[in-house]
Amino acid sequence: MSSRETRNFGAPIRRNEDRKLLTGKALFVDDLEIPGMLYAALLRSSVAHGELISVDVSAALAREGVVAAYTAHDLGDFWQPGPLLVPPPPIEGVIFNLRTHACLAKDKVRYVGEPLAIVIAESRYIAEDALADIAVEIEQLPAVVDLEAALKPGAALVHDDLRSNVSAHVRQKNGDYAAAAAKAAHIIKRRFAYEHGISSPMETRGVVAQWDERAGQLTVWDTTQAPVFLRNGLAAVFGLSERQVRVVAPFVGGGFGPKIMMFYPEELLVPWASTRLNRPIKWIEDRLEHFVATTHERGQIHDAQIALDAEGRILGVKDVFLHDTGAYDPYGLTVPINSQCTLLGPYVIPAYDSTFTAVFTTLPIVTPYRGAGRQHGVFVIERLLDIAAHELKIDPAEIRRRNLIPPDAFPYDNKIIYQDFAPLSYDSGNYEPILNKALDAIGYAGFKDEQKKALSEGKHLGIAIANYVEGTGIGPYEGARVQVQANGRVSVATGIGTQGQGHFTVFAQIVADQVGCLVTDVDVVTGDTDRFHWGAGTFASRGAVVAGNAVNEAALVVRQKILKLAADHFECAEEDLELGNGEVQIVGVPGRSVRLSELAMKANPMRGAVKPGTEPGLESTQYFGPPGGATASGVHAMIIEVDPELLTLEIKKYVVVHDCGTVINPLILAGQIHGGVAQGIGNAFYEKLLFDDAGQLLNASLADYLLPTSLDVPRMQLEHTVTPSPLNPLGIKGAGEAGAIPVGPLFAQAIEDALGLKAKGIELLEIPLSPGRLWQLITQAG
Amino acid sequence: MKPAPFKYVIARTLDEALAAKAEYGDEARFLAGGQSLVPTMNFRMAMPAVLIDINPLTELSGIKANGVTRIGAMTRYRMLEADAGIGERLRIIHEALPHIAHPQIRNRGTLGGNLSHADPASEMPAIMLALNATLYLRSAKAARQIAARDFFVGALETVIAPDEMLTEIVVPHLPANSGACFMEVARRQGDFAIAGIAAIVTRGADGTCTRARLTYCGVAQTPFYADDAAQSLIGGPVTPAAIKQAAALAMEALDPPGNSHADPSYQRHVAGVLTRRALATAWART
Ligand SMILES: Cc1cc2nc3c(=O)[nH]c(=O)nc-3n(C[C@H](O)[C@H](O)[C@H](O)COP(=O)(O)OP(=O)(O)OC[C@H]3O[C@@H](n4cnc5c(N)ncnc54)[C@H](O)[C@@H]3O)c2cc1C
Repeated sequence: MSSRETRNFGAPIRRNEDRKLLTGKALFVDDLEIPGMLYAALLRSSVAHGELISVDVSAALAREGVVAAYTAHDLGDFWQPGPLLVPPPPIEGVIFNLRTHACLAKDKVRYVGEPLAIVIAESRYIAEDALADIAVEIEQLPAVVDLEAALKPGAALVHDDLRSNVSAHVRQKNGDYAAAAAKAAHIIKRRFAYEHGISSPMETRGVVAQWDERAGQLTVWDTTQAPVFLRNGLAAVFGLSERQVRVVAPFVGGGFGPKIMMFYPEELLVPWASTRLNRPIKWIEDRLEHFVATTHERGQIHDAQIALDAEGRILGVKDVFLHDTGAYDPYGLTVPINSQCTLLGPYVIPAYDSTFTAVFTTLPIVTPYRGAGRQHGVFVIERLLDIAAHELKIDPAEIRRRNLIPPDAFPYDNKIIYQDFAPLSYDSGNYEPILNKALDAIGYAGFKDEQKKALSEGKHLGIAIANYVEGTGIGPYEGARVQVQANGRVSVATGIGTQGQGHFTVFAQIVADQVGCLVTDVDVVTGDTDRFHWGAGTFASRGAVVAGNAVNEAALVVRQKILKLAADHFECAEEDLELGNGEVQIVGVPGRSVRLSELAMKANPMRGAVKPGTEPGLESTQYFGPPGGATASGVHAMIIEVDPELLTLEIKKYVVVHDCGTVINPLILAGQIHGGVAQGIGNAFYEKLLFDDAGQLLNASLADYLLPTSLDVPRMQLEHTVTPSPLNPLGIKGAGEAGAIPVGPLFAQAIEDALGLKAKGIELLEIPLSPGRLWQLITQAG
Repeated sequence: MKPAPFKYVIARTLDEALAAKAEYGDEARFLAGGQSLVPTMNFRMAMPAVLIDINPLTELSGIKANGVTRIGAMTRYRMLEADAGIGERLRIIHEALPHIAHPQIRNRGTLGGNLSHADPASEMPAIMLALNATLYLRSAKAARQIAARDFFVGALETVIAPDEMLTEIVVPHLPANSGACFMEVARRQGDFAIAGIAAIVTRGADGTCTRARLTYCGVAQTPFYADDAAQSLIGGPVTPAAIKQAAALAMEALDPPGNSHADPSYQRHVAGVLTRRALATAWART
């Protein structure tokens, strides 16, 4: 690229997609209305655990407006336990008991919300009325809710053919923890309980399926984050070729992970019923269903210890934890492996010994939700360091600084295996400047005085600082097709789905720079398997990294084609040309230019002969697969004020300093961070899934399950450092999850500081916290 | 989350509304702002066979003041918020309104619907109790008045008979030299209260407290009136010691049920802290 060409990459450009979204012109699944459409509702188990004796839909079928009602027995051979999405990584000695769900329960129910029957009717109203007509007989079994009780001998078994409720057992080790502990000056052991909640996207899930018998074509509109993956899966279960199935993930109102899970029962039942009835069918999940019908993340219990030398340097960490996997484990080990790996953070931890047991419970299925288990691990290490700082009388920021991986140690091999099956290796990083920036921005140096002064006025201020790393941008690959259209606009298609991230802008920025057009002249299509039929999906903060680089590669080839064609046109050398404003111009000769539209037409001649080997069009399809994941990192810092009597709190200042390599669009990046922090705040202080002993979710509404609102989320001060990733040409690292990851330990630390809890011997070792929970912890301590 | 089938009746006049209610009785519900009723119908927790829409009844909407303040049952929260007279004479209502839900909901929700719904965590029932309001009920056959204190029977339960409608709320004005304060703790802005308090005190010519009312939301099955605590303040100045004693009496009288955000002990504690703070503020405002 010549230095005179425009650079959109890195600029805070407004989003191409916002006009459509804000004026209601974006297509969401629920916007589809197809002539002859029917509507589905599902009957779900109201019991967490029991033998399913019978499901009788005859009365429902008799209701006016009901077209069909099906139970597991009606599905015949189509009834199958679903696939495993992510096989366990190749770790020595791993135990993994795969038990996946089918689309309708047949012999046993294993969580409240598990589907028992589907009703198809002329309207959703009638379908819901008909659910009340269905007679269900279930012989109730004891629910399995508590992780420790689930593993005791004699506990009720979630899957009777297993001898225990163990879903998985994994130990990963690096170095010799026992030896490290033996020479340690200080060892700290604690038990931590960390619960993550549900992702609560603005748009719940939805599926519309249309079987076209004449064309032999199944079209499924779905809120999935992984349309290509779903297309492949549907083709397989329906015995169709992949070209007979089209999956469209149109605009999707938030994904955050749970929308990668496959198959959700509705993703099979709705298309299946459509093929039976030869009518289009719509199912839209309502908010009440969402609480149990979409996957959760939930809890872990960690028994962790850290061994330190007298200066607070970490010699080793040992962690044994239990992980709630829910009733089935179709997503493999991703969440607990992430916890295990991300606990290591940005620190040098010479000896690490981590063992987890994933436990089956009679609760909804657990799959990754933004952060995907990283929060749990980060909480453990950050809290251990806080306690160590207190006991060793070292400043909390200082103990972190002493343990950071130095900049010359990259790539840094942690010598354990990550979720993408590769060794956990940090590609690049420079951690200390991030910490320094955060300390400066929050006013760390002057805070002690500020705190004292405030206290003299009866105000209880507290400060906190937390580090994290985020493994992002994992493989395998993504692809993109870039094409200059005859009208001069440039189209981009990629297989990943979009859930609000800003793909229509960042991919456009990359392309605009390469082909020399305006960002607004680039039309991006995501998530339509007929427009681009290869790819993996949007997850693990990988869209910008993997698809972004594929887009760049394709745009680069198109650029070369443009230059070649223009050089032929002008009979000049390619080096004499520059691209910009939708045209190619001879450098220094104003007026000697040709529009991209004209070149696009030239590239597709309608008459005459072409040279052998000529491909039509200014078009290219390219793929990109990184050799490994890129590791982003950051520091969050916060000052809060706590009401010492009511234990309510207010966030006074929130700082995020973040390094995600080169930045494509700082506005969009800020949006990602803001949203992540909001979800982190929800996780830390508002959201809690409340199950009773019978496995009933007691707060399944947004009145009772508290999402932080705009009034609870503060303004944030964002800063960046840039350490490009060497693993992709653009140097990008992912940023999707960064905001959400370290908020839990930040709250615990800040509250302890504000109320002087450490001095009173009170430690906050759990998330979520709340004023009511703080009251219990403080009064229990006396 | 779709409601069960129901018949929709639109009432053009008060008489039509009352006649319809007389006809359908318990089967029917009035539809006011719909902000409590419609969600419960969508959850199918309520499945009324008939909805009688009283939104066209403009005669039930409005605020009048002549010695007392008369508020029509269909008066929206938003109208109360915008009413300068309320701000002057019954400022505690303005102090409590922002704690109720969010502006969108306050644009629709009505005072009558709220009081009829009788959610024990709701703010206005406690306020009306503290202000000693009188509620006017009408049926096709008769009319009656009832003190706020006798109106609330239990959680989501009032004395309104199956053929009756709440038509008007009449609020007496406070004696001279009165101070009032509303405070609450909720998990988020606009949530139902973990505990809320309305405190009203009057300062006599000699500087002692001559009248006191302390009511609570969120801490019992109905809005709660702390008689003994209020009485303990009368006859002396409202000193920090008197406030402390009143708060202790109130906490003793309370037996909060707890909820998913607060166990009973935290609820009681919050009520105690708020009693102290609200009383001190109310007294300072006398
Ligand atoms: C998100 C959200 C948050 C909320 N937060 C709060 C809060 O913090 N505090 C709070 O107090 N409330 C809260 N509410 C409830 C709100 O205040 C309601 O508006 C109010 O409780 C009911 O008033 P309405 O006019 O909407 O009544 P409706 O919902 O229309 O009616 C409620 C009930 O009263 C009956 N009814 C209505 N009018 C009459 C009448 N004139 N005579 C006899 N019966 C009648 C109806 O039949 C129905 O049974 C919240 C609501 C929402 C949706």
